[in-house]
Amino acid sequence: MQFTSMILSNAEVSPGYWRMRMTAPQEFASASPGQFVMVRVNGAIDPLLRRPFGIFDVGIHTPAHSGAAPQPCFEMLYRVVGKGTGMLSALHETDLLDVLGPLGAGFDLGAPDEEKLIVGGGVGLAPLYLLAKELVKNSAVRLFAGGRTRDDVLCITEFERLGVECYSATEDGSLGEQGLVTEALVRRLDLLKGRATIYACGPHGMLNAVANIAAERKIPCQVSLEGYMACGVGACLGCVAPGSGHSPETPDFRCVCTEGPVFESGELKWRD
Amino acid sequence: MKPDMTVNCAGIRMRNPVMTASGTFGYGEEFAGYCDLESIGAFVTKGLSLKPRAGNPTPRIVETPGGMLNAIGLQNVGIDAFIAKKVPYIRSVKTPAIANFFGNTIDEYAEMARRLDEIHEVAGLEVNISCPNVKQGGIVFGTDPACAASVVSACRAVTKKPLIVKLSPNVTDVVAMAKACEDAGADCLSLINTLTGMAIDLNRRRPVLANVTGGFSGPAIKPIALRMVWQVAKAVKLPVIGIGGIMNATDALEFILAGATAVQVGTASFINPGAAQQIAEEMEAWLVANGVDDIKSLIGALEV
Repeated sequence: MQFTSMILSNAEVSPGYWRMRMTAPQEFASASPGQFVMVRVNGAIDPLLRRPFGIFDVGIHTPAHSGAAPQPCFEMLYRVVGKGTGMLSALHETDLLDVLGPLGAGFDLGAPDEEKLIVGGGVGLAPLYLLAKELVKNSAVRLFAGGRTRDDVLCITEFERLGVECYSATEDGSLGEQGLVTEALVRRLDLLKGRATIYACGPHGMLNAVANIAAERKIPCQVSLEGYMACGVGACLGCVAPGSGHSPETPDFRCVCTEGPVFESGELKWRD
Repeated sequence: MKPDMTVNCAGIRMRNPVMTASGTFGYGEEFAGYCDLESIGAFVTKGLSLKPRAGNPTPRIVETPGGMLNAIGLQNVGIDAFIAKKVPYIRSVKTPAIANFFGNTIDEYAEMARRLDEIHEVAGLEVNISCPNVKQGGIVFGTDPACAASVVSACRAVTKKPLIVKLSPNVTDVVAMAKACEDAGADCLSLINTLTGMAIDLNRRRPVLANVTGGFSGPAIKPIALRMVWQVAKAVKLPVIGIGGIMNATDALEFILAGATAVQVGTASFINPGAAQQIAEEMEAWLVANGVDDIKSLIGALEV
Protein backbone atom coordinates (compact mmCIF):
# COMPACT_ATOMS: atom_id res chain seq x y z
CA MET A 1 0.00 0.00 0.00
CA GLN A 2 1.21 3.51 -0.81
CA PHE A 3 0.09 6.37 1.44
CA THR A 4 0.86 9.86 2.65
CA SER A 5 1.84 9.87 6.28
CA MET A 6 1.96 12.82 8.66
CA ILE A 7 4.80 13.02 11.15
CA LEU A 8 3.55 13.11 14.75
CA SER A 9 6.96 13.33 16.38
CA ASN A 10 10.62 12.97 15.40
CA ALA A 11 13.20 12.99 18.16
CA GLU A 12 16.81 11.97 18.73
CA VAL A 13 16.74 9.17 21.31
CA SER A 14 20.51 8.65 21.50
CA PRO A 15 23.34 10.44 19.66
CA GLY A 16 22.76 9.71 15.96
CA TYR A 17 19.60 7.61 16.50
CA TRP A 18 16.13 8.96 15.88
CA ARG A 19 12.64 7.77 16.54
CA MET A 20 9.78 8.93 14.34
CA ARG A 21 6.07 8.47 14.96
CA MET A 22 3.74 8.92 11.99
CA THR A 23 0.14 8.40 10.93
CA ALA A 24 -1.00 5.40 8.87
CA PRO A 25 -4.19 4.21 7.18
CA GLN A 26 -6.51 1.71 8.93
CA GLU A 27 -5.09 -1.27 7.01
CA PHE A 28 -1.64 -0.60 8.47
CA ALA A 29 -2.78 -1.83 11.89
CA SER A 30 -2.36 -5.41 10.60
CA ALA A 31 1.39 -4.95 9.96
CA SER A 32 3.28 -7.91 11.39
CA PRO A 33 6.57 -7.80 13.31
CA GLY A 34 9.57 -7.82 10.98
CA GLN A 35 7.83 -6.07 8.10
CA PHE A 36 9.25 -2.81 6.81
CA VAL A 37 8.35 0.41 5.02
CA MET A 38 9.98 2.30 2.14
CA VAL A 39 10.02 6.04 2.82
CA ARG A 40 10.61 8.82 0.34
CA VAL A 41 12.34 11.56 2.34
CA ASN A 42 11.31 14.33 -0.07
CA GLY A 43 9.86 14.85 -3.52
CA ALA A 44 13.13 15.89 -5.17
CA ILE A 45 15.50 13.69 -7.21
CA ASP A 46 18.37 13.75 -4.73
CA PRO A 47 18.12 11.51 -2.80
CA LEU A 48 16.38 9.65 -5.59
CA LEU A 49 15.47 6.36 -3.97
CA ARG A 50 13.26 5.50 -1.03
CA ARG A 51 14.87 4.30 2.18
CA PRO A 52 13.85 1.05 3.90
CA PHE A 53 13.07 1.09 7.64
CA GLY A 54 11.90 -1.61 10.01
CA ILE A 55 8.58 -1.02 11.76
CA PHE A 56 9.43 -0.35 15.41
CA ASP A 57 5.89 -0.18 16.74
CA VAL A 58 2.29 0.09 15.59
CA GLY A 59 -0.37 1.84 17.67
CA ILE A 60 -3.28 4.24 17.79
CA HIS A 61 -2.80 7.99 17.81
CA THR A 62 -5.43 10.00 19.65
CA PRO A 63 -5.23 13.64 18.58
CA ALA A 64 -5.03 16.12 21.45
CA HIS A 65 -7.84 18.33 20.20
CA SER A 66 -11.40 17.21 20.86
CA GLY A 67 -13.54 15.78 18.10
CA ALA A 68 -10.71 14.27 16.05
CA ALA A 69 -10.96 10.52 15.54
CA PRO A 70 -8.21 8.21 16.80
CA GLN A 71 -5.99 7.02 13.95
CA PRO A 72 -3.50 4.17 13.44
CA CYS A 73 0.12 5.22 13.62
CA PHE A 74 3.52 3.57 13.50
CA GLU A 75 7.05 4.26 14.61
CA MET A 76 10.47 3.89 13.05
CA LEU A 77 13.82 3.83 14.82
CA TYR A 78 16.59 4.96 12.49
CA ARG A 79 20.22 5.91 12.49
CA VAL A 80 21.48 8.93 10.60
CA VAL A 81 24.05 7.46 8.21
CA GLY A 82 23.90 9.69 5.14
CA LYS A 83 22.05 12.29 3.17
CA GLY A 84 18.61 10.62 3.18
CA THR A 85 18.47 9.84 6.88
CA GLY A 86 20.01 13.25 7.61
CA MET A 87 17.13 14.93 5.79
CA LEU A 88 14.64 12.69 7.57
CA SER A 89 16.01 13.76 10.94
CA ALA A 90 15.43 17.42 10.02
CA LEU A 91 11.68 16.92 9.49
CA HIS A 92 9.10 18.08 12.01
CA GLU A 93 5.61 17.36 13.30
CA THR A 94 2.91 17.80 10.60
CA ASP A 95 5.44 17.31 7.76
CA LEU A 96 4.22 14.76 5.22
CA LEU A 97 6.02 11.69 3.90
CA ASP A 98 5.25 9.29 1.04
CA VAL A 99 5.35 5.73 2.44
CA LEU A 100 5.09 2.25 0.87
CA GLY A 101 4.25 -0.58 3.21
CA PRO A 102 3.99 -2.70 5.21
CA LEU A 103 6.31 -4.76 2.98
CA GLY A 104 8.02 -8.15 3.13
CA ALA A 105 7.64 -11.30 5.18
CA GLY A 106 7.94 -10.85 8.94
CA PHE A 107 8.84 -13.12 11.87
CA ASP A 108 7.17 -16.43 12.61
CA LEU A 109 6.03 -16.16 16.23
CA GLY A 110 6.84 -19.81 17.03
CA ALA A 111 5.26 -22.00 19.70
CA PRO A 112 3.98 -20.46 22.97
CA ASP A 113 5.77 -22.81 25.40
CA GLU A 114 9.31 -22.10 24.23
CA GLU A 115 11.63 -19.38 25.48
CA LYS A 116 12.18 -16.54 23.03
CA LEU A 117 15.68 -15.10 22.80
CA ILE A 118 15.94 -11.83 20.91
CA VAL A 119 19.34 -10.53 19.84
CA GLY A 120 19.72 -6.98 18.57
CA GLY A 121 22.73 -4.91 17.59
CA GLY A 122 22.47 -1.10 17.36
CA VAL A 123 19.68 0.04 15.07
CA GLY A 124 18.93 -3.66 14.49
CA LEU A 125 16.63 -3.32 17.50
CA ALA A 126 14.20 -1.45 15.24
CA PRO A 127 12.01 -4.39 14.11
CA LEU A 128 12.48 -6.32 17.38
CA TYR A 129 10.30 -4.18 19.64
CA LEU A 130 7.06 -4.97 17.81
CA LEU A 131 8.18 -8.61 17.81
CA ALA A 132 8.78 -8.58 21.59
CA LYS A 133 5.40 -6.95 22.11
CA GLU A 134 3.74 -9.92 20.38
CA LEU A 135 5.95 -12.60 21.91
CA VAL A 136 5.43 -11.54 25.55
CA LYS A 137 1.74 -12.38 25.18
CA ASN A 138 2.56 -16.11 25.20
CA SER A 139 6.20 -16.69 26.07
CA ALA A 140 9.08 -15.74 28.31
CA VAL A 141 11.22 -13.29 26.33
CA ARG A 142 14.85 -12.30 26.86
CA LEU A 143 16.59 -9.52 24.97
CA PHE A 144 20.33 -9.40 24.29
CA ALA A 145 21.16 -5.89 23.10
CA GLY A 146 24.61 -5.00 21.91
CA GLY A 147 26.47 -2.02 20.54
CA ARG A 148 29.85 -0.37 20.28
CA THR A 149 29.11 2.05 23.14
CA ARG A 150 26.17 2.84 25.41
CA ASP A 151 24.89 5.25 22.74
CA ASP A 152 24.24 2.28 20.44
CA VAL A 153 22.02 0.39 22.89
CA LEU A 154 18.56 1.77 22.33
CA CYS A 155 15.16 1.79 23.98
CA ILE A 156 15.97 -0.87 26.59
CA THR A 157 13.48 0.60 29.06
CA GLU A 158 10.73 0.10 26.47
CA PHE A 159 11.53 -3.59 26.30
CA GLU A 160 11.70 -3.82 30.10
CA ARG A 161 8.25 -2.27 30.36
CA LEU A 162 6.93 -5.16 28.24
CA GLY A 163 8.28 -7.58 30.82
CA VAL A 164 11.28 -8.62 28.74
CA GLU A 165 14.41 -9.57 30.68
CA CYS A 166 17.18 -7.48 29.14
CA TYR A 167 20.92 -8.12 28.93
CA SER A 168 23.22 -5.58 27.37
CA ALA A 169 26.80 -5.67 26.23
CA THR A 170 29.01 -2.98 24.73
CA GLU A 171 32.41 -3.29 23.12
CA ASP A 172 33.83 -0.50 25.31
CA GLY A 173 32.06 -1.59 28.49
CA SER A 174 30.19 1.72 28.84
CA LEU A 175 26.91 -0.15 29.37
CA GLY A 176 26.28 -3.70 30.62
CA GLU A 177 29.11 -6.14 30.28
CA GLN A 178 32.13 -5.49 28.11
CA GLY A 179 32.29 -7.63 25.01
CA LEU A 180 30.02 -9.05 22.37
CA VAL A 181 26.34 -9.61 22.98
CA THR A 182 26.67 -13.15 21.61
CA GLU A 183 28.71 -14.11 24.71
CA ALA A 184 25.70 -13.33 26.93
CA LEU A 185 23.49 -15.28 24.53
CA VAL A 186 25.75 -18.34 24.76
CA ARG A 187 25.70 -18.23 28.58
CA ARG A 188 21.93 -18.15 28.58
CA LEU A 189 21.78 -21.04 26.10
CA ASP A 190 24.04 -23.08 28.40
CA LEU A 191 21.41 -22.75 31.15
CA LEU A 192 18.49 -23.45 28.85
CA LYS A 193 16.30 -26.37 29.89
CA GLY A 194 13.37 -26.44 27.45
CA ARG A 195 13.00 -25.43 23.84
CA ALA A 196 13.79 -21.99 22.50
CA THR A 197 13.75 -19.85 19.38
CA ILE A 198 16.27 -17.14 18.57
CA TYR A 199 15.39 -13.93 16.70
CA ALA A 200 18.13 -11.58 15.55
CA CYS A 201 18.63 -8.32 13.72
CA GLY A 202 21.78 -6.23 13.50
CA PRO A 203 25.14 -5.97 11.76
CA HIS A 204 25.95 -8.85 9.42
CA GLY A 205 28.87 -10.05 11.57
CA MET A 206 26.58 -10.36 14.58
CA LEU A 207 23.94 -12.22 12.55
CA ASN A 208 26.61 -14.55 11.25
CA ALA A 209 27.77 -15.33 14.80
CA VAL A 210 24.20 -15.86 16.02
CA ALA A 211 23.40 -18.11 13.05
CA ASN A 212 26.45 -20.26 13.77
CA ILE A 213 25.59 -20.52 17.48
CA ALA A 214 22.02 -21.54 16.61
CA ALA A 215 23.22 -24.11 14.07
CA GLU A 216 25.68 -25.72 16.52
CA ARG A 217 22.97 -26.11 19.14
CA LYS A 218 20.22 -26.95 16.64
CA ILE A 219 18.03 -24.12 17.89
CA PRO A 220 15.59 -22.54 15.41
CA CYS A 221 16.75 -19.05 14.50
CA GLN A 222 15.22 -16.28 12.42
CA VAL A 223 17.26 -13.33 11.23
CA SER A 224 16.12 -10.05 9.72
CA LEU A 225 18.45 -8.79 6.98
CA GLU A 226 19.19 -5.33 5.69
CA GLY A 227 19.46 -4.99 1.94
CA TYR A 228 20.37 -2.12 -0.35
CA MET A 229 17.22 -1.90 -2.43
CA ALA A 230 15.62 0.51 -4.89
CA CYS A 231 12.00 -0.65 -4.96
CA GLY A 232 10.99 -2.87 -2.01
CA VAL A 233 8.57 -4.85 -4.15
CA GLY A 234 10.82 -7.45 -5.79
CA ALA A 235 11.45 -5.68 -9.09
CA CYS A 236 14.94 -4.18 -8.90
CA LEU A 237 16.62 -7.36 -7.59
CA GLY A 238 19.23 -5.19 -5.90
CA CYS A 239 18.77 -6.55 -2.37
CA VAL A 240 19.39 -10.27 -2.86
CA ALA A 241 21.25 -12.37 -0.25
CA PRO A 242 23.00 -15.68 -0.94
CA GLY A 243 20.96 -18.75 0.06
CA SER A 244 22.50 -21.76 1.86
CA GLY A 245 23.26 -23.60 -1.38
CA HIS A 246 24.93 -20.62 -3.01
CA SER A 247 28.27 -20.98 -4.75
CA PRO A 248 29.74 -19.26 -7.79
CA GLU A 249 28.94 -22.40 -9.82
CA THR A 250 25.42 -22.89 -8.42
CA PRO A 251 24.16 -19.42 -7.61
CA ASP A 252 21.22 -19.22 -5.20
CA PHE A 253 20.01 -15.71 -4.38
CA ARG A 254 17.03 -14.78 -2.19
CA CYS A 255 15.23 -11.47 -2.57
CA VAL A 256 15.43 -9.67 0.79
CA CYS A 257 12.42 -7.39 0.20
CA THR A 258 9.87 -10.01 -0.84
CA GLU A 259 11.19 -13.41 0.35
CA GLY A 260 12.51 -11.69 3.52
CA PRO A 261 13.60 -9.51 5.22
CA VAL A 262 13.16 -12.29 7.81
CA PHE A 263 14.68 -15.68 6.96
CA GLU A 264 15.26 -18.91 8.86
CA SER A 265 19.02 -18.63 9.42
CA GLY A 266 19.51 -22.10 7.90
CA GLU A 267 18.14 -20.88 4.57
CA LEU A 268 21.05 -18.47 4.13
CA LYS A 269 24.74 -18.79 3.43
CA TRP A 270 27.06 -17.89 6.35
CA ARG A 271 30.80 -17.92 7.01
CA ASP A 272 31.87 -20.73 9.38
CA MET B 1 -13.31 16.42 -25.25
CA LYS B 2 -11.07 13.48 -24.41
CA PRO B 3 -7.92 13.56 -26.53
CA ASP B 4 -6.92 10.54 -28.60
CA MET B 5 -4.01 8.99 -26.67
CA THR B 6 -3.70 5.82 -28.77
CA VAL B 7 -0.54 5.01 -30.68
CA ASN B 8 0.45 2.14 -32.91
CA CYS B 9 4.05 1.21 -32.39
CA ALA B 10 5.19 -1.20 -35.12
CA GLY B 11 1.84 -3.00 -34.99
CA ILE B 12 1.53 -2.93 -31.20
CA ARG B 13 -1.66 -1.00 -30.56
CA MET B 14 -1.50 0.88 -27.30
CA ARG B 15 -4.17 2.84 -25.43
CA ASN B 16 -1.53 5.47 -24.68
CA PRO B 17 2.21 5.84 -25.34
CA VAL B 18 3.36 4.94 -21.82
CA MET B 19 5.18 1.64 -21.38
CA THR B 20 7.31 0.30 -18.54
CA ALA B 21 11.00 -0.39 -19.14
CA SER B 22 12.56 -3.84 -18.91
CA GLY B 23 14.20 -4.65 -15.58
CA THR B 24 12.20 -2.06 -13.67
CA PHE B 25 8.79 -3.71 -13.64
CA GLY B 26 9.48 -7.39 -12.92
CA TYR B 27 7.06 -9.55 -14.89
CA GLY B 28 4.14 -7.18 -14.25
CA GLU B 29 2.53 -8.91 -11.28
CA GLU B 30 4.96 -7.35 -8.77
CA PHE B 31 3.17 -4.04 -9.34
CA ALA B 32 -0.42 -5.24 -8.99
CA GLY B 33 -2.08 -3.00 -6.44
CA TYR B 34 0.25 -0.08 -7.18
CA CYS B 35 -0.09 0.45 -10.92
CA ASP B 36 -3.20 -0.40 -12.93
CA LEU B 37 -1.65 -2.15 -15.92
CA GLU B 38 -4.82 -1.54 -17.90
CA SER B 39 -4.22 2.20 -17.67
CA ILE B 40 -0.89 2.10 -19.51
CA GLY B 41 0.05 1.37 -23.12
CA ALA B 42 2.21 -1.73 -22.72
CA PHE B 43 4.64 -3.31 -20.30
CA VAL B 44 8.01 -4.94 -20.87
CA THR B 45 9.28 -7.96 -18.92
CA LYS B 46 12.61 -8.39 -17.18
CA GLY B 47 15.21 -9.54 -19.76
CA LEU B 48 14.77 -13.27 -20.41
CA SER B 49 17.31 -15.89 -21.41
CA LEU B 50 17.17 -19.58 -22.39
CA LYS B 51 18.46 -20.71 -18.99
CA PRO B 52 17.67 -19.01 -15.66
CA ARG B 53 20.37 -16.60 -14.55
CA ALA B 54 21.20 -15.86 -10.92
CA GLY B 55 22.89 -12.52 -11.56
CA ASN B 56 25.86 -10.80 -9.95
CA PRO B 57 27.07 -10.71 -6.33
CA THR B 58 26.01 -7.75 -4.14
CA PRO B 59 26.21 -4.78 -3.80
CA ARG B 60 24.27 -4.60 -7.04
CA ILE B 61 22.88 -1.09 -6.84
CA VAL B 62 24.01 2.28 -5.59
CA GLU B 63 22.35 5.67 -5.64
CA THR B 64 24.12 8.71 -7.07
CA PRO B 65 22.82 12.29 -7.28
CA GLY B 66 19.76 12.19 -9.56
CA GLY B 67 20.36 8.61 -10.58
CA MET B 68 21.35 5.08 -9.71
CA LEU B 69 23.81 2.47 -10.91
CA ASN B 70 22.82 -1.17 -11.21
CA ALA B 71 24.75 -4.33 -11.93
CA ILE B 72 22.06 -6.95 -11.43
CA GLY B 73 23.63 -9.22 -14.02
CA LEU B 74 20.44 -10.05 -15.93
CA GLN B 75 19.00 -12.22 -13.15
CA ASN B 76 15.86 -13.84 -14.59
CA VAL B 77 13.74 -16.97 -14.30
CA GLY B 78 14.56 -18.29 -17.78
CA ILE B 79 12.19 -18.92 -20.67
CA ASP B 80 10.69 -22.18 -19.32
CA ALA B 81 9.73 -20.72 -15.93
CA PHE B 82 8.52 -17.59 -17.70
CA ILE B 83 6.06 -19.67 -19.72
CA ALA B 84 4.98 -21.78 -16.75
CA LYS B 85 4.80 -19.14 -14.02
CA LYS B 86 4.61 -15.66 -15.52
CA VAL B 87 2.56 -16.01 -18.70
CA PRO B 88 -0.67 -16.91 -16.81
CA TYR B 89 -0.62 -13.49 -15.15
CA ILE B 90 0.18 -11.76 -18.44
CA ARG B 91 -2.81 -13.56 -20.00
CA SER B 92 -5.11 -12.02 -17.37
CA VAL B 93 -4.09 -8.44 -18.26
CA LYS B 94 -5.63 -6.69 -21.25
CA THR B 95 -2.48 -4.72 -22.07
CA PRO B 96 0.19 -5.73 -24.58
CA ALA B 97 3.14 -7.48 -22.93
CA ILE B 98 6.52 -7.14 -24.59
CA ALA B 99 9.12 -9.81 -23.80
CA ASN B 100 12.64 -8.44 -23.46
CA PHE B 101 15.32 -11.06 -24.11
CA PHE B 102 19.02 -11.65 -24.68
CA GLY B 103 21.45 -14.43 -25.51
CA ASN B 104 25.16 -15.15 -25.30
CA THR B 105 25.46 -16.05 -28.98
CA ILE B 106 23.56 -15.23 -32.14
CA ASP B 107 22.11 -18.76 -32.08
CA GLU B 108 20.82 -18.19 -28.56
CA TYR B 109 19.20 -14.91 -29.58
CA ALA B 110 17.48 -16.66 -32.48
CA GLU B 111 16.37 -19.56 -30.27
CA MET B 112 14.89 -17.12 -27.76
CA ALA B 113 13.07 -15.22 -30.51
CA ARG B 114 11.68 -18.51 -31.84
CA ARG B 115 10.48 -19.61 -28.38
CA LEU B 116 8.89 -16.23 -27.63
CA ASP B 117 7.24 -16.15 -31.06
CA GLU B 118 5.24 -19.24 -30.03
CA ILE B 119 3.75 -17.51 -26.97
CA HIS B 120 0.38 -16.09 -27.93
CA GLU B 121 0.33 -13.72 -24.92
CA VAL B 122 3.55 -11.99 -26.02
CA ALA B 123 2.57 -9.00 -28.17
CA GLY B 124 6.08 -8.08 -29.20
CA LEU B 125 9.75 -8.82 -28.70
CA GLU B 126 12.39 -6.42 -27.43
CA VAL B 127 15.94 -7.54 -28.16
CA ASN B 128 18.51 -6.47 -25.59
CA ILE B 129 21.76 -6.12 -27.53
CA SER B 130 23.59 -4.34 -24.76
CA CYS B 131 24.83 -7.33 -22.78
CA PRO B 132 28.42 -8.63 -22.95
CA ASN B 133 29.03 -11.49 -25.36
CA VAL B 134 31.22 -13.91 -23.47
CA LYS B 135 31.65 -16.32 -26.38
CA GLN B 136 33.05 -13.69 -28.72
CA GLY B 137 35.75 -12.45 -26.37
CA GLY B 138 33.89 -9.62 -24.73
CA ILE B 139 32.52 -7.87 -27.79
CA VAL B 140 29.23 -6.26 -27.01
CA PHE B 141 26.60 -6.83 -29.69
CA GLY B 142 25.20 -3.41 -28.97
CA THR B 143 28.33 -1.46 -29.81
CA ASP B 144 29.19 -2.93 -33.20
CA PRO B 145 26.76 -2.22 -36.08
CA ALA B 146 27.63 -5.43 -38.01
CA CYS B 147 27.23 -7.58 -34.88
CA ALA B 148 23.94 -5.91 -34.01
CA ALA B 149 22.70 -6.46 -37.56
CA SER B 150 23.45 -10.18 -37.41
CA VAL B 151 21.51 -10.53 -34.15
CA VAL B 152 18.55 -8.66 -35.59
CA SER B 153 18.52 -10.65 -38.88
CA ALA B 154 18.71 -13.94 -36.98
CA CYS B 155 15.74 -12.96 -34.83
CA ARG B 156 13.83 -11.49 -37.76
CA ALA B 157 14.08 -14.80 -39.59
CA VAL B 158 12.17 -16.66 -36.87
CA THR B 159 9.46 -14.23 -35.76
CA LYS B 160 6.67 -12.25 -37.37
CA LYS B 161 5.86 -10.51 -34.10
CA PRO B 162 6.87 -6.85 -33.80
CA LEU B 163 10.63 -6.80 -33.20
CA ILE B 164 11.94 -3.92 -31.11
CA VAL B 165 15.70 -3.46 -30.76
CA LYS B 166 16.87 -1.77 -27.56
CA LEU B 167 19.92 0.34 -28.30
CA SER B 168 22.86 1.03 -26.04
CA PRO B 169 24.01 4.63 -25.55
CA ASN B 170 27.58 3.44 -24.97
CA VAL B 171 28.58 4.00 -28.58
CA THR B 172 30.26 6.72 -30.59
CA ASP B 173 27.54 6.88 -33.23
CA VAL B 174 24.08 5.76 -32.16
CA VAL B 175 22.66 6.63 -35.59
CA ALA B 176 24.95 4.05 -37.26
CA MET B 177 23.67 1.42 -34.82
CA ALA B 178 20.06 2.44 -35.47
CA LYS B 179 20.45 2.26 -39.25
CA ALA B 180 22.16 -1.13 -39.06
CA CYS B 181 19.21 -2.49 -37.05
CA GLU B 182 16.68 -0.91 -39.41
CA ASP B 183 18.39 -2.46 -42.44
CA ALA B 184 18.53 -5.85 -40.71
CA GLY B 185 14.75 -5.97 -40.32
CA ALA B 186 13.87 -4.36 -36.98
CA ASP B 187 10.33 -2.99 -36.68
CA CYS B 188 11.03 -0.47 -33.96
CA LEU B 189 13.95 0.92 -31.93
CA SER B 190 13.91 1.64 -28.21
CA LEU B 191 16.56 3.82 -26.62
CA ILE B 192 18.44 4.40 -24.46
CA ASN B 193 19.57 1.50 -22.31
CA THR B 194 21.70 2.47 -19.28
CA LEU B 195 25.01 4.30 -19.57
CA THR B 196 28.04 2.50 -18.19
CA GLY B 197 29.09 4.17 -14.96
CA MET B 198 30.98 3.65 -11.74
CA ALA B 199 30.91 4.69 -8.09
CA ILE B 200 33.86 4.60 -5.69
CA ASP B 201 33.92 4.32 -1.91
CA LEU B 202 36.78 6.62 -0.99
CA ASN B 203 37.27 5.34 2.56
CA ARG B 204 37.45 1.71 1.55
CA ARG B 205 39.31 2.59 -1.66
CA ARG B 206 37.09 0.15 -3.50
CA PRO B 207 34.36 0.31 -6.12
CA VAL B 208 30.89 0.37 -4.53
CA LEU B 209 29.43 -2.25 -6.88
CA ALA B 210 30.70 -5.83 -6.67
CA ASN B 211 30.76 -5.80 -10.47
CA VAL B 212 32.92 -2.59 -10.38
CA THR B 213 30.87 -0.89 -13.14
CA GLY B 214 27.12 -0.68 -13.58
CA GLY B 215 24.35 0.79 -15.70
CA PHE B 216 23.48 4.39 -14.90
CA SER B 217 19.80 5.36 -15.02
CA GLY B 218 17.41 7.93 -13.60
CA PRO B 219 16.62 11.60 -14.21
CA ALA B 220 20.31 12.49 -14.54
CA ILE B 221 20.53 10.73 -17.94
CA LYS B 222 17.50 12.40 -19.53
CA PRO B 223 19.39 15.05 -21.57
CA ILE B 224 21.58 12.37 -23.17
CA ALA B 225 18.57 10.17 -23.90
CA LEU B 226 16.63 13.06 -25.45
CA ARG B 227 19.55 13.93 -27.70
CA MET B 228 19.95 10.33 -28.90
CA VAL B 229 16.21 9.82 -29.48
CA TRP B 230 16.11 13.05 -31.49
CA GLN B 231 19.12 12.02 -33.61
CA VAL B 232 17.79 8.52 -34.28
CA ALA B 233 14.19 9.53 -34.94
CA LYS B 234 15.39 11.93 -37.66
CA ALA B 235 17.60 9.31 -39.27
CA VAL B 236 15.32 6.24 -39.48
CA LYS B 237 11.82 5.50 -40.78
CA LEU B 238 11.02 3.12 -37.91
CA PRO B 239 9.00 4.18 -34.87
CA VAL B 240 11.18 4.99 -31.88
CA ILE B 241 10.47 4.38 -28.18
CA GLY B 242 12.09 6.98 -25.91
CA ILE B 243 13.65 5.82 -22.64
CA GLY B 244 15.87 7.58 -20.12
CA GLY B 245 15.10 9.30 -16.85
CA ILE B 246 11.38 9.86 -17.44
CA MET B 247 9.92 10.87 -14.07
CA ASN B 248 6.76 12.74 -15.10
CA ALA B 249 4.45 13.69 -17.98
CA THR B 250 6.62 16.66 -18.97
CA ASP B 251 9.62 14.38 -19.47
CA ALA B 252 7.51 11.91 -21.46
CA LEU B 253 6.07 14.61 -23.73
CA GLU B 254 9.56 15.99 -24.39
CA PHE B 255 10.59 12.57 -25.75
CA ILE B 256 7.50 12.52 -27.98
CA LEU B 257 8.35 15.97 -29.35
CA ALA B 258 11.88 14.69 -29.99
CA GLY B 259 10.40 11.99 -32.22
CA ALA B 260 9.37 9.10 -29.97
CA THR B 261 6.09 7.33 -30.75
CA ALA B 262 6.01 5.85 -27.25
CA VAL B 263 8.04 6.08 -24.06
CA GLN B 264 9.23 3.68 -21.39
CA VAL B 265 9.22 4.58 -17.72
CA GLY B 266 12.07 2.86 -15.88
CA THR B 267 13.77 3.93 -12.66
CA ALA B 268 10.72 6.06 -11.75
CA SER B 269 8.75 2.85 -11.07
CA PHE B 270 11.24 1.92 -8.33
CA ILE B 271 10.60 5.18 -6.52
CA ASN B 272 6.91 5.34 -7.23
CA PRO B 273 5.39 2.01 -8.27
CA GLY B 274 2.39 3.83 -9.74
CA ALA B 275 4.60 6.15 -11.83
CA ALA B 276 3.66 4.81 -15.29
CA GLN B 277 -0.06 5.10 -14.61
CA GLN B 278 0.31 8.61 -13.18
CA ILE B 279 2.43 9.75 -16.12
CA ALA B 280 -0.20 8.47 -18.59
CA GLU B 281 -2.94 10.32 -16.70
CA GLU B 282 -0.90 13.54 -16.46
CA MET B 283 -0.04 13.41 -20.16
CA GLU B 284 -3.71 13.25 -21.04
CA ALA B 285 -4.41 16.16 -18.71
CA TRP B 286 -1.65 18.17 -20.43
CA LEU B 287 -3.20 17.51 -23.83
CA VAL B 288 -6.58 18.66 -22.55
CA ALA B 289 -5.10 21.79 -20.97
CA ASN B 290 -3.22 22.63 -24.16
CA GLY B 291 -6.02 21.89 -26.61
CA VAL B 292 -4.20 19.00 -28.31
CA ASP B 293 -6.76 16.47 -29.51
CA ASP B 294 -4.39 13.71 -30.65
CA ILE B 295 -1.11 12.66 -29.04
CA LYS B 296 0.15 11.55 -32.47
CA SER B 297 0.23 15.19 -33.58
CA LEU B 298 3.08 15.76 -31.10
CA ILE B 299 5.35 12.98 -32.37
CA GLY B 300 8.47 14.65 -33.73
CA ALA B 301 6.76 18.06 -33.56
CA LEU B 302 9.85 19.69 -32.09
CA GLU B 303 10.60 23.01 -33.76
CA VAL B 304 14.34 23.41 -34.16
